[in-house]
Amino acid sequence: MDAAALHASLRERFGDAILALDEPAAGDRAVRVAPAAILEVARHCASDPALAFDCLSNQSGVDYPARNEIEVVYHLFSYATRHAAVLKVAVPRDNPVMPTVESVWKTAIWQEREIFDLLGVVFEGHPDLRRLLLPEDWVGHPLRKDFVEPTEYHGISTKRESML
Amino acid sequence: MSLGGFDVQVVRESGFATEEMTLNMGPQHPSTHGVLRFVVRADGEVMTEAVPDVGYLHRSIEKIAEKVGYHGFMPYTDRVDYVAAMPCNQGWAMVCEKLAGLEVPRRAEFCRVIATEFNRIASHLLAVGSMGMDIGAYTPFTHALREREYINDLLEELCGARLTFNYVRIGGVGWDLPPDFERKGLAYIERFEPLIDEYNSLISFNKIYKERLAGVAVISAADAINYNLTGPNLRASGVKFDVRRDLPYSIYPELDFDVPVGTGEAGVVGDCFDRYMLRIREMQESCKILRQCLRQVPPGSVLGKVPRKFKPPVGDAYVRLESARGDMGWYCVSDGTEYPYRVKIRTGSFTATSIIEKVSRGLMIADLIAVIASLDLVAPEIDR
Repeated sequence: MDAAALHASLRERFGDAILALDEPAAGDRAVRVAPAAILEVARHCASDPALAFDCLSNQSGVDYPARNEIEVVYHLFSYATRHAAVLKVAVPRDNPVMPTVESVWKTAIWQEREIFDLLGVVFEGHPDLRRLLLPEDWVGHPLRKDFVEPTEYHGISTKRESML
Repeated sequence: MSLGGFDVQVVRESGFATEEMTLNMGPQHPSTHGVLRFVVRADGEVMTEAVPDVGYLHRSIEKIAEKVGYHGFMPYTDRVDYVAAMPCNQGWAMVCEKLAGLEVPRRAEFCRVIATEFNRIASHLLAVGSMGMDIGAYTPFTHALREREYINDLLEELCGARLTFNYVRIGGVGWDLPPDFERKGLAYIERFEPLIDEYNSLISFNKIYKERLAGVAVISAADAINYNLTGPNLRASGVKFDVRRDLPYSIYPELDFDVPVGTGEAGVVGDCFDRYMLRIREMQESCKILRQCLRQVPPGSVLGKVPRKFKPPVGDAYVRLESARGDMGWYCVSDGTEYPYRVKIRTGSFTATSIIEKVSRGLMIADLIAVIASLDLVAPEIDR
């Protein structure tokens, strides 16, 4: 399904919760969705027979300090009809809270844990929101652009002196 | 009373007191294919759950991408999945080419497919070989590794490396096929294909092996899709989907090959045996693809014109390709500079690990080993 057609059909159903259609100079077009509506939109995308997005192929987070936003990107795919779509949800960097889509696609359990771990987005309603890759006592979220690498971890220096 | 140096308390009351145990498996365990840990809760031999704990091999490859630039990131992609590094190379090149709208020379596409399919066979050989070893059959592993060595030799001739190839470039490949490569490649296929039957008679249809895997850890097609299982793990559950055929890229539309699916030949569709057999069948399909490719490599250059300072326009792109562990997703955001703004790699092992907690419920502890092996997990690919 074409991104513009998807945008129009979602807009018809969800109104102002569907924001602009993202048309970058290169790559894929995406439908922007308001954070509060993402769960309803996801449920509709998965259950509507014309859309039938039964698979969340990829979920990732991108930090945009200049816009003071973190963007969570959903790459949807339908095994039934073989079409794909992209949804984007922007949440404020200082209060990055949004609903989980775990009830729609179970793969989001781990994908959202990774985004929480590396970017600090809190997914409300997530059954198991723990850090995935980093140790539990890690401070900060490394994929944020302003992350500063700590000089040591449990007394182990992260810097190495030059031999030369 | 003392037993082997341990004090053991013998309960002489009637009836047994049972209690749930929490066991630790890994991170350093030979069957975890890398460094991967499971926290197993078990009542006797039966697991109530096995919770994967990952991250021991997290090398922050996605963060490194933001620091080293588009061309400079290629050697790092080898380390995403070092058992099948060629598709990782290709995935990175493909997402960059999509962002910049680059055409790849036709000869280079053939080089990529040849290299990737050889790598797929090598990866599947390791998967089926180590599966036998994990279950307790050592000899098949040596047979599989012997054949894999010859592929490593071929790929070494191609690009100088046996494991981390760094062969693909944005806009093509690094080196042309070496002289006589087509003949050697075809000779290998002629030698290898009959050996698959030998391998099957050695292990695949062994009664003990079959019964060990049949009906274990069945994953339904709906669960496989919902958890985003990919590649052989998805197809074993009966979903006929292969990125090479259904979302075609490169020269795959011109090639003739089948997409095998799980049929439940030893037990139930989507069990460990189906996942194992799928990889055997895919090796046969890769042989078919290789035979077609090696016979019709067109002349021409292998690297298009790509600026040294590679700056794709502002935007973001997502590509999917069929790696040895299935559908691999590459997401790249460009801000118009020489450095990628954000790279995300969604790998087959990542999603496969996330379903273990669900499928492990009610299995025997020893079956967890079979589940890990049948999903063909490669730990560095989970953590990146």
